[in-house]
Amino acid sequence: MLEIRNLHARIAETGTEIIRGLDLAVKAGEVTAIMGPNGSGKSTLSYVLAGREDYEVTEGDILFNGESVLEMDPAERAAKGIFLAFQYPMEIPGVATMEFLKVAMNAQRKARGEEPLKIPDFMRRVKEAAASLSIDMNMLKRPLNVGFSGGEKKRAEILQMKLLEPKLCVLDETDSGLDIDALKIVAEGVNALRSPDRAIVVITHYQRLLDYIVPDSVHVLYKGQVVKTGDKDLALELEKNGYAGVVGEAA
Amino acid sequence: MNMRESPPRTAAETALVQSFNARASDLPGDGKVIAERDNAVEMLKAGLPTRKVEFWHYTDLRRLLATVPEFDPAASASAIPALLQGSAILPVLNGVAGKAVEIEGAAVTSVAEKLADGSLAPALRPSGPDDAVGAINAALAADGWFLGIADGVSMARPIELQNIQAGGQTHSRFAVKLGDGSKVAIVERQAGTGSALVSSVSNVVVGDNAELLWLIVQEQPDDATQLGQFNAWIGKNAKLTLFIVNAGGKLVRQEVRVDAKGEGGEFKLRGVNLLAGSTHCDVTMVLDHSAPATNSTEIIRNVVTDKAEGAFQGQIRVAQPAQKTDAKMACNTLLLSDEGGFSAKPELEIFADDVQCGHGATVAEIDRNHLFYLMARGVDERTARGLLVKAFVAEIIEEMEDEAIVEALEAKLDGWFAKHG
Repeated sequence: MLEIRNLHARIAETGTEIIRGLDLAVKAGEVTAIMGPNGSGKSTLSYVLAGREDYEVTEGDILFNGESVLEMDPAERAAKGIFLAFQYPMEIPGVATMEFLKVAMNAQRKARGEEPLKIPDFMRRVKEAAASLSIDMNMLKRPLNVGFSGGEKKRAEILQMKLLEPKLCVLDETDSGLDIDALKIVAEGVNALRSPDRAIVVITHYQRLLDYIVPDSVHVLYKGQVVKTGDKDLALELEKNGYAGVVGEAA
Repeated sequence: MNMRESPPRTAAETALVQSFNARASDLPGDGKVIAERDNAVEMLKAGLPTRKVEFWHYTDLRRLLATVPEFDPAASASAIPALLQGSAILPVLNGVAGKAVEIEGAAVTSVAEKLADGSLAPALRPSGPDDAVGAINAALAADGWFLGIADGVSMARPIELQNIQAGGQTHSRFAVKLGDGSKVAIVERQAGTGSALVSSVSNVVVGDNAELLWLIVQEQPDDATQLGQFNAWIGKNAKLTLFIVNAGGKLVRQEVRVDAKGEGGEFKLRGVNLLAGSTHCDVTMVLDHSAPATNSTEIIRNVVTDKAEGAFQGQIRVAQPAQKTDAKMACNTLLLSDEGGFSAKPELEIFADDVQCGHGATVAEIDRNHLFYLMARGVDERTARGLLVKAFVAEIIEEMEDEAIVEALEAKLDGWFAKHG
């Protein structure tokens, strides 16, 4: 489903290269974890996948279902089914959360040639998804992410993911800033989305989240490259011994 | 106006004086009105103000008012659908008041009648030598509406004053007197179909304990000139909210002159300037806090695209007796193009010692992080920008509370963005 080939990417403004020849393949139905120390390029990778303008791809390619996404803007990639759950979801004053959800869902439906949702149908879907994530509907009456606590923001990201039903879910440090109860709720939300035709990429610093979202594969990112690949046991090993060993091997 | 130098008259200045000469005998008015008109024309003969005049610093009227079209008495204008459903519409079409509608609790008279009997003569006097809008209007105004709202009357339905031009020149006047303890919402529409020169002056007296919401919606075509003036006097413990939407016109000047003259009076100014193309739009406010414990807040939100230019001058004068005054002013601009611009000039003159006055101005572009977030959810760039622009002005629109008003204003915003986004 996702194939990243020899990807090189840099910060557009400064020219600093962050991703340096990264290769990665994720199959449909697979849950993969990307781990790595601070500054290894994990968040950059998620932004490059989503198409953030601040980063420039200088070499290599990102194929999604065989098609290069490099020329697509973030909206086009989202319409193809790529979803990024942000590490720091943005607060957008003045944009009502419910209106945003409706606009986003209908924009993607339109891109897929489907009819816009009828209001009652839309409301029903939001209520169901919100209930499953223990989100109070009153929270959704506020402007988008404005005044949400850290945990509320992360849950709101997963809510959007549920509603938009993407093919590829990229979760960027979704566990950061979550207490254990919130972590469980979020993990259950993600697990509910596991399906044979959907891939999930979990980017995380700690192994903790992977106790709840058990990955099929684990990749270690260091200096913008995948330096080690393994199964869920690799995450446990990292938790026990730290990154030093793996990183040392790579060096 | 500027008496210090007298350069040769511009084409527009000559045309204004000629318009008066040609129209004088047809304009309604008794001897007192004629004297006021003559006085106003003398001001025009001295020339239109330039940017050297502080009050006109951002709008050099002498330079910007390049041409003045001739009156076109044969042109026909039609009333437009009301902004708010169920409004009582009082139209002025091509400068002539239409048929009066009966409004319970209000006396409705055409301004032509009030000029003919001389009762509006004192109101025609321009407020000072810089009052070019007042002078043009005083010289040439032929009609409009006078509304007297009786004491204690609370109007359930809004009243809509429509000033609809059809090219040529339109000079209209509105006079509204709210009795003590009365309450009403009034919509002022400035629109039309031609490349007209429009002047429109509204004089509003808000009686003690009265409450007035006045909504100006200006949507002139791209080649029209709109010179508007809103004058108000606020009584004791009375409330005036003035909401201005500018969404059209080539050269637009909207003046706001308010005197909070009764103790405990409250004034709110909210402005949304949607500027596109090569519009030049200037909102200039002079607010006097003359009485103690008067409050005011002014929030102006501007969206500027293409080569449009805008300005907001906000002058707040707090007189010595106006202790315990609280005034807050803010002007925020969202720039959507590199070629557009907006100037803000707050000015505080405070002669009382126990007051709170603050002001602030910001200019920003659309936040790229916000744009990325929305687009990452599949919202195309144009729609995402639209959402963010709407968000920028939504705050002051939603403050209006009345659902029908919020919806009507948001619809105006959507309409503007569909055209210029």
